[in-house]
Amino acid sequence: MTRDYSALVKDDRVHTALYTDPAIFEDEIDRIFNTTWVWVAHDSELPNKNDWITTHVGRQPVIVNRDKAGTVRVMLNRCRHRGATICEAKKGNAPGFVCPYHAWTYGTDGTLKGLPLPKGYKDFDKGDYTLVNLRAESYRGLIFATFNQDAPPLEEFLGRARPWIDLFLKQGGGYPVKVLGEHKFTFPGNWKIQLENTTDAYHFPIVHKSFLSSLDGDTGELFSFMDAGGYVEDLGNGHSVMVMIPELVDLEENLDEPIPERFAELADELRAEHSEDEVRRIVRAVTGSGFNVNLFPNLACSMAFFRVLRPLSVEETEVRHIAIGMDGGPAAANRARLRLHEHFQGPMGFGTPDDAEAWERVQRGSQAGEDSVWIMLNRGEDKTESNAGDVTAETGMRAAYQMWKRMMTA
Amino acid sequence: MSTLVATRDLALAAEFIALEADLLDTRDYAAWLALWVPEGKYVVPVNPDETNFEDTLNYAYDDAAMRSMRVRRLTSGESMSAAHAARTLRSVSRFRLLGHTEQGELQVRSAQQLIEYKFDRHRTYVANVEWVLRREGESFRIVRKVVRLLNGGDALAGITFLP
Repeated sequence: MTRDYSALVKDDRVHTALYTDPAIFEDEIDRIFNTTWVWVAHDSELPNKNDWITTHVGRQPVIVNRDKAGTVRVMLNRCRHRGATICEAKKGNAPGFVCPYHAWTYGTDGTLKGLPLPKGYKDFDKGDYTLVNLRAESYRGLIFATFNQDAPPLEEFLGRARPWIDLFLKQGGGYPVKVLGEHKFTFPGNWKIQLENTTDAYHFPIVHKSFLSSLDGDTGELFSFMDAGGYVEDLGNGHSVMVMIPELVDLEENLDEPIPERFAELADELRAEHSEDEVRRIVRAVTGSGFNVNLFPNLACSMAFFRVLRPLSVEETEVRHIAIGMDGGPAAANRARLRLHEHFQGPMGFGTPDDAEAWERVQRGSQAGEDSVWIMLNRGEDKTESNAGDVTAETGMRAAYQMWKRMMTA
Repeated sequence: MSTLVATRDLALAAEFIALEADLLDTRDYAAWLALWVPEGKYVVPVNPDETNFEDTLNYAYDDAAMRSMRVRRLTSGESMSAAHAARTLRSVSRFRLLGHTEQGELQVRSAQQLIEYKFDRHRTYVANVEWVLRREGESFRIVRKVVRLLNGGDALAGITFLP
């Protein structure tokens, strides 16, 4: 029995079944993850021709690669013969793909090039056995894929989120942004609990009190953004932006401001090889952006990293925190970025374990009062288009759930 | 070095490593902090084969300041996950003396099987642990501890203890 999804999502609240019902989860995989644009990789993970990585679109394993012509492709990681995965490593570089089971061999574009003992087949046309290619498009190095040939162009789907992505990428500090590594963890809870969290400033001073206590005075002040002019804005198509630190929206502005004390040592180190202008630009970029851009359904460009979620089951979700830095930039700046990432993110960070605990509690709590206790999203109900002045407004969550409803009832 | 000396060194190191394990399992973090030399590094790399910790992403890459902030976080009551921290039990074994540094410090590798219990479930964290230990009187102080989780490169879960 298909539930009436429009009745489960109201303007200001959603029904608990969205966290608990396995049938809804199956429909989400079908109608959202197998239907819309899903983020799969960043360009810097595939710098050379024939580079490949393995990842997932929804639940389906895929290979993302740069073929020998330089085109980025996203293909199902599944041999067309008996269906074994072709690549099990996380990444590599190869002029083609060979299935290890019966050695069917594919080109980097997925075309079947050869197979052992072909005379065993009658009327065999290799053209019928190309690896399944998804539609792949990228914006500013962010690579997305979709199974849906009728999906709008990626740029149209991103829409008003694009200028925010442009701003986010300024943390390259004049260099291209590059993936430096990632933390990956799972939590026993529904994927939307994490989707909500990157547009939830309200929890920050509570859940992350121990992180805030570990900061020096200036940095602590920077993260005291409850009443600092931040705001949340619905960007359409389920996307949203939450601006926490307005002075860090454009990292190429205010370059003549004094360098914060905590970066004095880094700045000194950079001065050996960089002009004062470059030093200021790089140091400001190291800080990261003062906002989160949430892209429905699986990516957040979150202050200084990419947060990627993957639904595993109705009550199990994988989260990746991908550290980014400056491609070709000074090693000292990238080290500073790595240390900042380690401080908050990942299974041993000063922030993430507390988030994971809160999300698990939300899932555990969802066993109680399924029909009587709804999940409230009514904070800062939209009085103005941008909800100016209220960084804790749940505008971004409402935007995501309205997109959820649109897709689930389409 | 004579076999006898090496055997004694390894036995002392094993005893010290068992002490360290016991302090962490009993969450006696103040005593644990005192085991370190001030310039000591506590490292939990993402990639279990990593050699360049400084230029790569780790789960923890702690100098003395980070270690003491980490302990403060775990004990302050401000962290909801640490306030309900997992109970842990770790077995340390398979001690091997790899050699000595130029300063005469011991280089040891051991196995660590750690089980955490929280929220009605057990989770297992298995690791090779590499030690650099400096003699101090009849005991040691830690110059470096590198915890190479077998599954470091894959998805972990929130960790509310020190591996």
